[in-house]
Amino acid sequence: MGLEIEAVPKGTSLFLRLRGDLDMEGARLFREAADEWLDGAGTGKLVVNLAEVAFVDSTGVGALLGRYRRLRAQRGSMVLVSPKPHVRPVLEMAGIPRLMPIVEHEAQAQEVDAR
Amino acid sequence: MTKGNWLQLKFPSRPENVAVARLAAAALASQLDFTLPEMEEIKVAVSEAVSNCVLHAYPQGEGPVEMEMRVGEEGLFITVTDKGQGILDVNRAREPTFTTSRDPDHLGLGFTFMENFMDDLEVESAPGRGTQVRMRKKPADVYSKAAGEEPS
Repeated sequence: MGLEIEAVPKGTSLFLRLRGDLDMEGARLFREAADEWLDGAGTGKLVVNLAEVAFVDSTGVGALLGRYRRLRAQRGSMVLVSPKPHVRPVLEMAGIPRLMPIVEHEAQAQEVDAR
Repeated sequence: MTKGNWLQLKFPSRPENVAVARLAAAALASQLDFTLPEMEEIKVAVSEAVSNCVLHAYPQGEGPVEMEMRVGEEGLFITVTDKGQGILDVNRAREPTFTTSRDPDHLGLGFTFMENFMDDLEVESAPGRGTQVRMRKKPADVYSKAAGEEPS
């Protein structure tokens, strides 16, 4: 229950490593962390590591999509890392894989191009 | 397997209670033969139903949410009821991406997720008279599951 966030800036990128549940409460914490960076940096690449996220619902997906829209408007990009197999159907139902790359390891996130 | 067990919960429409509700639902659902993916689907559906209560039912603040769950021969039954403002047009509200929220992060996919992840979904609501969401899910037949997994 709950969501812990580790934020690691690397150059023009921000890596957010999430641990816990990306539900209504988690979505609010994620949004705050991402928007704080966006407000300061303006743009860049947001890498969201979902490897330790046990649960995602539509409020969590909405928070991801909201940050994606904001980044796209500011010519930035967003990459998701390693969602658990049981989380993927929720992401797929919301069309997330069509919008942003999903990679297996953080190291790959630096290499993929924005869509 | 326990047949005929049930659980009732009543709680205020606060974000932190969304997790409480889905974990309670998962605990009761575990008394039936659901697969792990099915258990995840139940958790998402309950999370959506209760999130709707938190986000939409009580625009002036918070109010009561009641959740009743029952497991039996016909599967898991979950009812989520609020006494909030109700839904003006239920059919419209169930359309994918429809939302009354002004927050761009609100996708309007709650009912879509509930419909896709549960076997049955009924929504009863009227303006000023609250909303009741009724959902049912039955474990996929364990014998056909086993047969499907046998190498050909």
